[in-house]
Amino acid sequence: MSDRNRRARNARTVEVVMKVVTGACVALVIGAAMLILGKIVISGIPGISLEFLFSKPGMGMRAGGIFPIIVGTLMLVTLTAVLVLPLGIMAGIYLAEYAPKNVVTRIVRLSIANMAGVPSIVYGLFGLAVFVLLMQIGKSLLASALTLTCLTLPVIITSTEEALRQIPSDLRQAALALGATRWRAIYKVILPAAAPGIVTGSILGLSRAAGETAPILVTGAAFFLPKLPDSVYSQYMSLPYHLYVLATQVPNVPPEITWGTAFVLVAGVSIVSMIAGAWRSVQRRKVKW
Amino acid sequence: MTMTPSERAGRLLGRTTRRRAAEAVVRTLIYAAGLLSIVILLAIAVFLFVEARKSIAEVGLGTMLTSTQWFPTGTPKIFGFLPLIIGSLMVTGVALVVFVPIGIGAAVFISEFSAGWFKEVMKSVIEFMAAVPSVVYGFLGVAILIPWVKATFGLTSGMTALTGGLVLGIMSLPTVISISEDALHAVPDALRQGSLALGNTRWQTIYKVVVPSASSGIFAGVMLGLGRAIGETMAVLMLTGNAAVIPTNVFESVRTMTGTIAAEMGEVVFGGLHYSVLFSVGLVLFGITFVINLAADLVLERQRKRWRR
Amino acid sequence: MVMSAVLEEVTAEAPFALSEPVRVDADRAEKVSGSFSLKDVSVAYGNETVIAGVNMLVPSRAVTALIGPSGCGKSTLLRCLNRMNDEIGNVRVGGTIALDGLDIYQKSIDPVDLRMRVGQVFQRPNPFPMSIYDNVAFGPRTQGVRKRDELDAIIEAALKDAALWDEVKNHLKKHAFELSGGQQQRLCIARALATKPEVLLMDEPASALDPISTQQIEDTIAELKDMVTIVIVTHNMQQAARISDQTAFMLRESMDQPAHLVEVGETKRMFTNPDDKRTESYITGRFG
Repeated sequence: MSDRNRRARNARTVEVVMKVVTGACVALVIGAAMLILGKIVISGIPGISLEFLFSKPGMGMRAGGIFPIIVGTLMLVTLTAVLVLPLGIMAGIYLAEYAPKNVVTRIVRLSIANMAGVPSIVYGLFGLAVFVLLMQIGKSLLASALTLTCLTLPVIITSTEEALRQIPSDLRQAALALGATRWRAIYKVILPAAAPGIVTGSILGLSRAAGETAPILVTGAAFFLPKLPDSVYSQYMSLPYHLYVLATQVPNVPPEITWGTAFVLVAGVSIVSMIAGAWRSVQRRKVKW
Repeated sequence: MTMTPSERAGRLLGRTTRRRAAEAVVRTLIYAAGLLSIVILLAIAVFLFVEARKSIAEVGLGTMLTSTQWFPTGTPKIFGFLPLIIGSLMVTGVALVVFVPIGIGAAVFISEFSAGWFKEVMKSVIEFMAAVPSVVYGFLGVAILIPWVKATFGLTSGMTALTGGLVLGIMSLPTVISISEDALHAVPDALRQGSLALGNTRWQTIYKVVVPSASSGIFAGVMLGLGRAIGETMAVLMLTGNAAVIPTNVFESVRTMTGTIAAEMGEVVFGGLHYSVLFSVGLVLFGITFVINLAADLVLERQRKRWRR
Repeated sequence: MVMSAVLEEVTAEAPFALSEPVRVDADRAEKVSGSFSLKDVSVAYGNETVIAGVNMLVPSRAVTALIGPSGCGKSTLLRCLNRMNDEIGNVRVGGTIALDGLDIYQKSIDPVDLRMRVGQVFQRPNPFPMSIYDNVAFGPRTQGVRKRDELDAIIEAALKDAALWDEVKNHLKKHAFELSGGQQQRLCIARALATKPEVLLMDEPASALDPISTQQIEDTIAELKDMVTIVIVTHNMQQAARISDQTAFMLRESMDQPAHLVEVGETKRMFTNPDDKRTESYITGRFG
């Protein structure tokens, strides 16, 4: 009897210990996140001013602002969005609505999962070989956007499919029973119902793309440009690459410029994606099927 | 208002062909988009190989994979991948030591010990960590970790395999935690209750029942984290010092496969031998991550089948 | 034996021969529009035949109730009539189903056309996540009606027919999800009516509703049967007795054999003096 009691007491002790140990792991994760966020905010804020956001870099990037860099990033992301959204959303529709249960579909899914795991620098190599050199687009906004399209495609496809699967099949049936074709049912009923999820997923995917450095390093991002890009065939400056340049390639950059750049990049990418994520969970709670 | 059936049939028959054609066009477009991912993945493999062909012919894949020296611009030029592969493996190894225990521990706590609101909080934390671009992790490493490693271990330089590995470990945490947590969450509650009813404590239930049931998903999470770590470029490029020498311990500078491609592609002659060799490095990298991802995906698929119904 | 007798009786009344070439005969179709004839109909999922040998007529402008224990294939049979089973895949329908003499499974028929003529109301109210107006306008817009006043007229008529107009006429822009369950189901009826179907299929339309809403739906059905043919699947014997003119009783006697039609006939007779013992025990069992 006492042996059994001791066993039970030991088990309870182990439980408390393990709770503390796993809790410490969570604390470490939160600590790391807080450190990242805190350091960037505290060191980054002093560098932020209207002048910093809206003027050109000067003195070998050791002074001035990051206006052309912000513009270049926005142009790149916009162009990527124009290219990837139609393709990704259609592929998501294929998987959710059209794909038969067969080997081909299984291979499509495997391909998408694998595309998501291909290192970003390998996309860079692919973009360099195919878009820059083979198709002779040259190092440019367009070549980079095409490369980022390939990289972002799996994210858009997966989130679109997931959003479409949330829509109950009742709605599809009702539309078909009214004499709608398959496509009309999707276009008029299912896509609008799934729009919040698709939009959020797309924003998340594109904000990832905005932070990528390795693929654009070899396909068109410029170290320094005196003027804004004037067409999709121009090179451009971009926030992540600029941060890399400031942090490792240019000596004696005032810290508020480097931290300010990091702050703008993180704020842009993470705030947008966190708002998108929060909006999605609110939408999910609001519409109960 | 009312139409006779024949009128109706007449009107509809006229629309049918046009509508069918439109439907067929849309279906074709959607199928094409659906198959695009296969095409892109194949194209990546094919074009890496096409561009790598020159180096495979002139240097030889065997020579590249087994040579211990990397002197791409010396005389004679030596293209040995071993320093790069070992560099990548060492950095990834350090990352693994960081993210496996912390990631799984955190996933267990989030899934098994915490309340709903805390799960939501952690979801945001993990989403934030996943959203921070890798170049920012690299920059933070440069600003914080390099001086710390240098001072703590009394080194002449803080740019080491350890520095890169620690940052990579943190970067891989979101992947590991979210997939492991999903796997733990998918374990049916009936199993937990069954175990608790037998007089097991929560912890006994977790390590005897829940974790073993979720092991394949956790394994997949670790594999995907591993794939992400090996393929990561910017952070290691900024943190490891990039010395192309086979390292003997984690306090030395290393040069990874990804870092090599990113650092050297800017200086090569397009179409030249060095260019082609870098594509061979890319091919090796692609091969390694492909195998890892395939394994993870197959494991995940098996798990999904297991818990169905 | 009993069954074949019933069948003979019913086929004798058939307004057309089933063996006729399957084309629209305009004059005749107008007179009898919205009638179904089912000849030796069977349904198979993959290799498993779930329904076999169904022969019956669905008279125009009347309510036909399909009754039987759950799992006997009532809904499956119902979904054959507008070819919604096509959407599941791996379903084969055998025999002949003719709408006003037109074989609806012949190659040249597009199920999309068919469904404009044969509407359906589902078990659970399933309005689209859009306004009341847009819900009802969906079908007409699909058919190419674009003019605003034309749409307005169709929508008003459909909502009136579904007995919902008075409740929503000032809130047509309101989101459909704001309606109560019963209102949503009547909205779904209005939505189906707006395509001006000749037949309305109803798959247990009141099973998810409270008694008052159920009553309203039943009243609506009674009003509608002058305009459209109604085929309704129901679990509720009183409901079948109250609202239908003809009743068909289906039964799957064991899992090894397909479901079949036990008896079909005038509702009053079926509920007072059924020919088949199995019908009687089912009906009385349900009443008792």
